[in-house]
Amino acid sequence: MQLQSMAAEKLSPAAPPADAAIAIDDVTLRFVTPDGHMMTAIRDFTMTVARGEFACVVGPTGCGKSTTLNLVTGLLRPTTGNVRVMGNPVTDISRDIGFVFQADALFPWRSVIDNVAAGPLYRGTPKAEALERARDWIARVGLARFEKHYPHQLSGGMRKRVALAQTFINQPKILLMDEPFSALDMQTRTAMQDELLGLWSEQKSSVVFVTHDLEEAVALADKVYVLTAGPGTVKSVYRIDLPRPRVMADIRYDPKFIEIAKVIWNDLREEVQLGQSRGLQTGH
Amino acid sequence: MTAISSTDRATAREASIAVAEARARARLRRRYALVIGLRLAILIVFLGLWELGADYNFIDPFFFSSPSGIWQQIWSWVTEGTSQGPLWLQMYVTLEETFLGFVIGALGGIAAGIILGRNRLLADVFSIYIKIANSVPRVVLGSVFIIALGLGMASKVALAVVMVFFVVFANAFQGVREADRAMIANARILGASPWQITTTVIIPSAMSWILASLHVSFGFALVGAVVGEFLGAKQGMGLLISTAQGAFNANGVFAAMIILAVMALVVEFIITRFENYVVKWRPAPFNEQGA
Repeated sequence: MQLQSMAAEKLSPAAPPADAAIAIDDVTLRFVTPDGHMMTAIRDFTMTVARGEFACVVGPTGCGKSTTLNLVTGLLRPTTGNVRVMGNPVTDISRDIGFVFQADALFPWRSVIDNVAAGPLYRGTPKAEALERARDWIARVGLARFEKHYPHQLSGGMRKRVALAQTFINQPKILLMDEPFSALDMQTRTAMQDELLGLWSEQKSSVVFVTHDLEEAVALADKVYVLTAGPGTVKSVYRIDLPRPRVMADIRYDPKFIEIAKVIWNDLREEVQLGQSRGLQTGH
Repeated sequence: MTAISSTDRATAREASIAVAEARARARLRRRYALVIGLRLAILIVFLGLWELGADYNFIDPFFFSSPSGIWQQIWSWVTEGTSQGPLWLQMYVTLEETFLGFVIGALGGIAAGIILGRNRLLADVFSIYIKIANSVPRVVLGSVFIIALGLGMASKVALAVVMVFFVVFANAFQGVREADRAMIANARILGASPWQITTTVIIPSAMSWILASLHVSFGFALVGAVVGEFLGAKQGMGLLISTAQGAFNANGVFAAMIILAVMALVVEFIITRFENYVVKWRPAPFNEQGA
């Protein structure tokens, strides 16, 4: 416990305050599998994200990390407990929400500009205005020369930039990200993390960022949630007091960063081992 | 000194790159010429052996015709007309039936595929009936249509429609089912209504499946129209074939077959152009010319 530093303060989970951007209060979610069995995805799950806060969720594979995001979008409903976004219970997909997917979710038949303009167009913005805003966002993610390109003509990193522009153009107050950078190579990922932090600090959105990469979580987050092996529940919560703005390429050599990552890794390791041994038993 | 020699080297390098490029281009041209040449050679050898075989009676031209006989038949149809009127009229009638059947069957198949693909209950209920309907040999329906709709165009169109419908339906249905879940979720979160999801995500992503089925199903529509004419008609290529068959005129059967094949190839070419226009967002496939 001597490794426990002030930088990674362990928080005690408490009932969420009323004004939180996202409040998941004591939620359990069970599925009925296609062969008729009940499966618990997450249990007794409590999580709070304050307005403008950047929260990361880490945990072993299959522990229900992505499920937490789908609870916030309303694509999944809790079996017990309740989920509130901006103080209101989640009933339908909120207009305040933006979601960046792990997989490539761009529309391959639309050019970059039409992809980015999709959100405003779906929401009834006139075409000229939507394209205008899209152009602006494409320039902000540095793809001005690629407006007319189709996704298959872009590299993986460029496609992720388009995905970010597509999400940010709706100016979401809540930003949900499901391992968005896991398919990118190291250099591109670092660049995209910087890009994300830049956009986030301008937009002041509240973020839930799911990742299996602990270092990514510590580098980005204000708060890291460590989940247990499935069925997932919150094992511990850490506040990361690294100063901002952070530079991704340098932060991983910061001694304070290394220290924090070590503390959380000690916590996470046994869950990862548990998750892996279970995976081997069930053959996943 | 060093500056001069480095520019010299740069020009030398460019020259050698230009030479290599020219060589690569020449190689590609030669290969293209080789492919075309071999294709022509195979055609000539095939037709030549057929003709010679017919001349020397290895192949009985009474049953299996001969290239020159087929050509004479086509020429006489073109210049003198067929027993049922001018050749172009027969082609026009068959094409019209085929097109109507193709368009109606394809639109119906696409609509049904999308509706069932989007609605799981309907899909679960109807899947069994579609399987049954699909396993009925549909050509037999031609007789029913002739009885019900008469010798005119309607019975051929109806047969072409049923031939096309199931192929397009099956593909559209599959295409809708295979639409990427992340993409649909993305559209929903970006603010799309269910109708917007159908028109802007589901239909475009099913489009490659649908277009693939259009290639096959045009051939089916043609079969439907020709078989319909076969079973009973006053005009059309199918009737021409059945008349030739009745007169033991193998030349006539082969000639009509070749005319139908040319018609199918022309339409196939048009469909491919349409496809390339519609799915220009797709990465260029390897093309068969190898060029």
